Amino acid sequence: MNTDFINQIGLNHYLILAALLFTMGMAGVLLRRNVIVLLMSIELMLNSVNLTFVAFSKYLGLLDGHIIVFFVMTIAAAEAAVGLALAVTIFKRFREVNIRFFEHLKG
Amino acid sequence: MNHSLLMALVILSPLIGFLINGFRYKRHSANVAGVIATIAIAISFVSSAILVTDLIAMPEESRRIAVKFFEWLVIDRLKIDAGFVVDQISAVMILIITGVGTLIHMYSIGYMHHDKGAAKYFAYLNLFIFNMLLLVLGDSLLVMFVGWEGVGLCSYLLIGFWFTDSEKAAAGMKAFITNRVGDAAFLLGMFLLFVTYGTLNFSELNALAPTVAESSWLGAVTLGTLFLFIGATGKSAQIPLYVWLPDAMAGPTPVSALIHAATMVTAGVYMIVRLNPLFIMAPNTMMVIAIIGAATVVFAATIGMTQWDIKKILAYSTVSQLGYMFLACGVGAFGAAMFHLMTHAFFKALMFLGSGSVIHAMHEEQDVRKMGGLKKYLPITHITFFLGWLAIIGMPPFAGFFSKDEILAYTFNSPMGSPILWAAGVLGATLTAFYMTRLMALTFWGKSRVSKDVHPHESPALMTIPLITLGVLSVIGGWIGVPHVLGEYLGHIPNVWEHWLHPLIKGIPGWQTLDHATEFALMGTSVGLALISAGIAYHFYVKAPDAPKKIAEKIKPIYNLVYNKYFVDEVYFGAIINPLVNLSRNIWYYIDVNFIDKMTYLAGDLARGMGSVIRSSQTGNVQQYAMYIGIGVVVALSFVIMR
Repeated sequence: MNTDFINQIGLNHYLILAALLFTMGMAGVLLRRNVIVLLMSIELMLNSVNLTFVAFSKYLGLLDGHIIVFFVMTIAAAEAAVGLALAVTIFKRFREVNIRFFEHLKG
Repeated sequence: MNHSLLMALVILSPLIGFLINGFRYKRHSANVAGVIATIAIAISFVSSAILVTDLIAMPEESRRIAVKFFEWLVIDRLKIDAGFVVDQISAVMILIITGVGTLIHMYSIGYMHHDKGAAKYFAYLNLFIFNMLLLVLGDSLLVMFVGWEGVGLCSYLLIGFWFTDSEKAAAGMKAFITNRVGDAAFLLGMFLLFVTYGTLNFSELNALAPTVAESSWLGAVTLGTLFLFIGATGKSAQIPLYVWLPDAMAGPTPVSALIHAATMVTAGVYMIVRLNPLFIMAPNTMMVIAIIGAATVVFAATIGMTQWDIKKILAYSTVSQLGYMFLACGVGAFGAAMFHLMTHAFFKALMFLGSGSVIHAMHEEQDVRKMGGLKKYLPITHITFFLGWLAIIGMPPFAGFFSKDEILAYTFNSPMGSPILWAAGVLGATLTAFYMTRLMALTFWGKSRVSKDVHPHESPALMTIPLITLGVLSVIGGWIGVPHVLGEYLGHIPNVWEHWLHPLIKGIPGWQTLDHATEFALMGTSVGLALISAGIAYHFYVKAPDAPKKIAEKIKPIYNLVYNKYFVDEVYFGAIINPLVNLSRNIWYYIDVNFIDKMTYLAGDLARGMGSVIRSSQTGNVQQYAMYIGIGVVVALSFVIMR
């Protein structure tokens, strides 16, 4: 099997993929109503950013990008925990996880 | 004793009395409050008497006790001390104020016995005396003005003392507001004098007074004194600002006696006498004062003839008698004005207290038509009132005769006076004799018209002792100012009064002594006319009680005009008060409500409208917010990249 194309994958490819993933995630955040899906979309956006970091790290031969990815993953985990907790609370209250119920938080 | 200590005692003792009674204002006992207040004034009286004794002991040319407590105000050129002076003029005043004041405080204990607000009443009364003393002792116009305003305040508080009755409260306000008009002019006069002479101190002002009479109407002296005189018309109830005094009778009767007869209303006369070197150099002002005084004498006396309320009659009589004092000032007879001020304080305070005794006996009845024949029930009140009556109608040798005839003689003879003014004065004296006899007859003599269920009784000793004291003073008070003519015939009785005041009173320019025959003729005329008029009144109201009614019927239009006080109140309402109120209301409505308020509402609406536009972007929709962030990032990034 010809594996040459792997060597031909450059920084631009990674960046384009990351941009596509980020756009998909953002579209999900802006358009979907389900809180769970929303959280997943946020994860998608975060990971697209991670991908960019890793790509740049490899390209520049520096370790900084890798390290920041660990931070982002930690924060993403924390964010997911808080987000899911909110989702559970909303579900308990309204028997549904629609984002519009968060409007009740308006003062 | 030390003079500044004595001065402090004179002034502060009533203030301390005020504070004590002021803090216990909720107490009801008239005895305790009254004794505290009376002692406070008595201390003041004794200290005044000691001061005056010291003053008399001084050599004549340097009679003056000046005490400066501290520097009160220093603003650029304006330097005012908290300084007080006892000299020949203020000595007389403090003795009257504290002396008559003590008697009236004592009388009040009996009069206010049943009143719930006795402590408050006595507190006000003490505060009044304190302010009155500031007024007469102050060594500058500004210190005098503090007292001037203070007595106005106390007058307001005491007229409206029974403020639950809205008519009485309104009378208080009327007095206060009318006085305000005069006070504004007083301030203007003060400003003008300060701008011209750079001082407000009396002795400095008097020393700086021009040596040549000012003939123009617009000179600083003429205008300044004219404004001060307008201030005096307010405080001393002269035309055109006299309207408040008859209404002021709404207050308790001792208040009418103290404030609205003996002391406060004479403040204007006192002020003019204080500044007599200045006034005498403004012949135009003097003319105005004399004419206003003479007009007030006659005007108020005619109204007094038609009133039925015992206190109103006395009030108009007071206005009329104050007119005599101004007439005297206007013709340059300042000594005579002070003399009449003193005798009037005695006999008018006496008559007011007497009327209070009558009202007390009649259970708050003030209408003389429901009295009559009270001589039998109130012997002491009757005798003392009788003495006051003789004094006010000018019977020799009672106090009023000497002071009134001195004024009339000066009016006739002074280069500033004229026979016309004299005639007005004599007419006033004749009318006075009439209405006072009418008052005597309707109240004490003739047949009783007292209703069956009222049983008049003589007042307690607390009230009759002041009456007797003032009665004695009304008899002998005039003997210190026996005119030269009479003195010579009666064995060289000196005119103590004239001699006493002489150092402080400027002589009348162009004065020539009157020959004895003319002076006797003048005296005879006024006394004779007064006697005749008193006789007519006696006949009308005792012998033929129907006659006055018939005469009133015959001259109905004139009678109604006078009975309704010449409709002066109505004219003031129509010509000044209502237009002013309308103007204010229109300004309020069109400028305040419709313009200024609308502008502020507009500004508010604008902010709120803009807010409501932007508010629509804050829906609470999380995704919308996220989109804003997204758009923001895109815009920011594109800005960075495009650059």
